[in-house]
Amino acid sequence: MESQLVVAAGLNKYFPSGVQALRDLSLEISRGQFVSIVGPSGCGKSTFLRLVAGLDEPTSGQLRVEGHDPLGLAFVFQDATLLPWRSVAHNITLPLELRREDASERVAQTLELVGLTDFAAAYPAQLSGGMRMRVSIARALVTRPQILLLDEPFGALDEITRQRLNEELLRLWQEDHWTGLFVTHNVSEAVFLSQRVLVMSARPGRILADIPIPFPYPRSPYLRSAPEFIRIANGISRQLAHADEL
Amino acid sequence: MKRLRSLTTNTLPPLLFFALVVCAWQGAVSLFGIEPFLLPGPLLVAQAIADNLPRLLSATLLTALGAILGFVLSFAFGFLVALLFSQSRLIERSLYPYAIFLQTMPIVAIAPLIILWIGYGLQGVVAVSFIIALFPVIANTTDGLTRVDPHILDFFALNKANRWQVLFKLRVPGAVPQMLVGARISSGLSVIGAIVGEFFAGYGTEDFGLGYLIILTNGQAKTDYLFACILFCTLLGLGLFTTVGSLSNFLLRRWTGAPE
Repeated sequence: MESQLVVAAGLNKYFPSGVQALRDLSLEISRGQFVSIVGPSGCGKSTFLRLVAGLDEPTSGQLRVEGHDPLGLAFVFQDATLLPWRSVAHNITLPLELRREDASERVAQTLELVGLTDFAAAYPAQLSGGMRMRVSIARALVTRPQILLLDEPFGALDEITRQRLNEELLRLWQEDHWTGLFVTHNVSEAVFLSQRVLVMSARPGRILADIPIPFPYPRSPYLRSAPEFIRIANGISRQLAHADEL
Repeated sequence: MKRLRSLTTNTLPPLLFFALVVCAWQGAVSLFGIEPFLLPGPLLVAQAIADNLPRLLSATLLTALGAILGFVLSFAFGFLVALLFSQSRLIERSLYPYAIFLQTMPIVAIAPLIILWIGYGLQGVVAVSFIIALFPVIANTTDGLTRVDPHILDFFALNKANRWQVLFKLRVPGAVPQMLVGARISSGLSVIGAIVGEFFAGYGTEDFGLGYLIILTNGQAKTDYLFACILFCTLLGLGLFTTVGSLSNFLLRRWTGAPE
């Protein structure tokens, strides 16, 4: 039996302004799964991620996240959110420093894992947007999270860089099999990465469809031009267009 | 090569302009026969500088001492106040209006009062310089400490950072650029404060700064000497401002690891 790492049942979230962000949202995510959530902008995808992270409280409903405590969770934000006065290595050390955990060996390993060893001493201002995002992912992985939450991490990057980082992210996932919860509005990205794609409705957000993606891993970059891939992506795009009208 | 080009494009034009103005000034004074006590020519001013150089230098040093002490104190105290403001919205909201009061109050109007309370001599001069230089440090540092990317705050919260970690690993280093902006502004103001302080606080008959010397030479209608004082005030302000400016540029480059 698979163990459920995230279980949400009937989640509702109202903002202080009275706006309802989520309505009766229910979903389950198994340990080790890679799941993407797509939805129109402003549909509450990011709000849901913040709830899972414990950065915000649901107004009503049940949300259980295993591994949330102790500190088994890491978050990758839309921007790299690196500290400009710290070198790459020191940015990656930061979460361990805050948790007062020993860092030396793990930082070197993580740098190696994401291929940033040569840039350990560089500063964020000296790196490209794609490189900064890799540092940001390394900073999340250095804590060896059970669950990695990613909130449109590649949204600001050009298409080529985005695709390369998608492949990179999958390689990292296959090495450690953390549970991945990935929010995006790029359908192709969601299909390429995930075992399941959840389609959310416009605000107030709820799950409209839960689509299994059958392709085995490791996935080749050429998968993106396979007819079956395109068929699934088009299907999700149609669902999304429908979601916007609802 | 690059340095040479920057010399010819950046340094040379203002110097040429300066030479032109000095020539026009001397020409006008000679041509229209303007009384030297109204407007001495640059030659007379140069003569006054040569005649009184030791006095001018010692006065400049004393004013510099007052200004630097005022600046350093305002920076240290302003930083502490900003730290306090960043820790509590209530404290910030209660006290910030009075910090603005410091800024809007004309320093010339309250300088006599400060001297009355603090006393004549260096301490009075430093106090006036301190008060005028304080606000930019408080305002800019508070701004830097409180304006933090909310996502980075989330990141710190996710890693269970405590209040002190947020302060010293995020807010304070993040406020460095703003702090340096504040320092730059207040370094210029501290010289003004020291000179205004000296107008009122003066010193004994033996030791005095540029502010006192300005009052003295003005009273004796030694306008050429007065011009020399003004020139030295300007040079002092410029010196302190550019020193703090290049120090802050250096720190900023180090701060983001930009190549030297």
